[in-house]
Amino acid sequence: MTHYSAFSVFRNALSGNKKWSRAWRDPEPKTSYDVVIVGGGGHGLATAYYLAKEYGITNVAVIEKGWLGGGNTGRNTTIVRSNYMMPGNTLFYERSMKLWENLSQDLNYNVMISQRGQYNLCHTPGQMDAARRRGNVMRANGIDAELFSREEVRRRLPYLDYSENARFPIEGAIYQSRAGTARHDAVAWGFARGADSRGVDILQQREVTGYLWEGGRIAGVQTNRGDIRAGKVALCVAGHSGHLAQMAGLRLPLETHCLQAYVTEAYKPLVDTVISFGAAHFYVSQSDKGGLVLGGDLDMYNSYAQRGGLPMVEHTLASAKALMPCISRLKLLRHWAGVMDMSMDGSPFITKTPVDGLYLNGGWCYGGFKATPASGWCFAHTIAKDEPHEDNAEFTLDRFSRGYQIDEKGAGPQPNAH
Amino acid sequence: MIRIDCPICGLRDETEFTYGADANVRRPAMDEAEMQPWLDYVFFRDNPRGWHREYWHHVQGCRQWLVVERNTLTHEIRSCDLAREVAA
Repeated sequence: MTHYSAFSVFRNALSGNKKWSRAWRDPEPKTSYDVVIVGGGGHGLATAYYLAKEYGITNVAVIEKGWLGGGNTGRNTTIVRSNYMMPGNTLFYERSMKLWENLSQDLNYNVMISQRGQYNLCHTPGQMDAARRRGNVMRANGIDAELFSREEVRRRLPYLDYSENARFPIEGAIYQSRAGTARHDAVAWGFARGADSRGVDILQQREVTGYLWEGGRIAGVQTNRGDIRAGKVALCVAGHSGHLAQMAGLRLPLETHCLQAYVTEAYKPLVDTVISFGAAHFYVSQSDKGGLVLGGDLDMYNSYAQRGGLPMVEHTLASAKALMPCISRLKLLRHWAGVMDMSMDGSPFITKTPVDGLYLNGGWCYGGFKATPASGWCFAHTIAKDEPHEDNAEFTLDRFSRGYQIDEKGAGPQPNAH
Repeated sequence: MIRIDCPICGLRDETEFTYGADANVRRPAMDEAEMQPWLDYVFFRDNPRGWHREYWHHVQGCRQWLVVERNTLTHEIRSCDLAREVAA
């Protein structure tokens, strides 16, 4: 593997950029691996990377039905943050934030992490109280959080609507300065390159259609291009967790829903941070190319379609205009959708399953991207040691039967409400 | 835009409706003492990739609850009935 550096850029420029080597191989699969990871998105590739790097398990394959990062890794709005309050979540997401902060150096691949800060706006005194409580929990766990008054928010974000006519007047905000954005494709590619260079086989264009069984234990996967045997099979398939678990006879506490994201035409630098509206589900940041990246609510009905409906486009843009009237004349350039594995309490699973040989990483709802490094790190630990790390110890399937849901939003067992 | 053929109002846009939930889920008998049926009822779903029976509420129309059979891969709808007639 070529080590990327300023020197390598210079040297390759001299040879007309014709001598760059491939970032990862396209190998023929072996007949058997120690671990087969299903799903070549950020989480699957990160799991492979940390399995190889932290635990020396390199006889690993990542199987992807499409292309790397072509699912939710390439469809999210690229925001990273660690402002979680519930025990079980807080330290996990902070581990992720810490891994993000050094990820480019660790991978020798620029994931373009930009810690531009994130504001969660509050519009009622009750929301301010909740924000204060969240901020205190974060600070008690060593995570940065600041609470701002309306005046301070107005000084920092003067382009929001502070007029008498604002539909939801801004009361204040909670702010995390270490939050920000990262380039989502680069995250998949960086982890892929790091895993590949340590011996992991990345097998694209290969869809898992079933499992191989041996005495009640999963012993590999069937794919549309032949069987592959495995000591352990690990699922990182986001919205498709449900039917891949079902093939193994497992029913999961989640539903698959469709979430859209949007980008406007390029605009002069305006939003130098990440802003979440507190009155409706809406958030905005600005990409390096200048487009405003907008996110909103689910389409609300179960869907595997990877395309959204127009009513939610209108709803999201109405929220955008309520918050930032100045962007009302911007044209929407593109919108797209991904399929989310919406769990019953809004929190994920990184766990062994009741099926021997099968491991599950899923239930990320719409918060999977920020979790990518810690998800891979903790899942690798769980697979290698056959027990969870303390940071993912609560992300089990049996938390529902034990009465230990991690309901960050307090919305109850209604997947489209999280 | 999904369009739903309400048995009372006719073909209407999805914006008139609110999505409810999976219509195959059944509440256990109230004297059910085992935990597992309640656990299944509250938390676990089939989450099918394909045809899905689900509740919709025609909240800005006749205000009836409907059971719609809709394909989660294509959003195609093949039946729509009044919940009170088919759900029981």
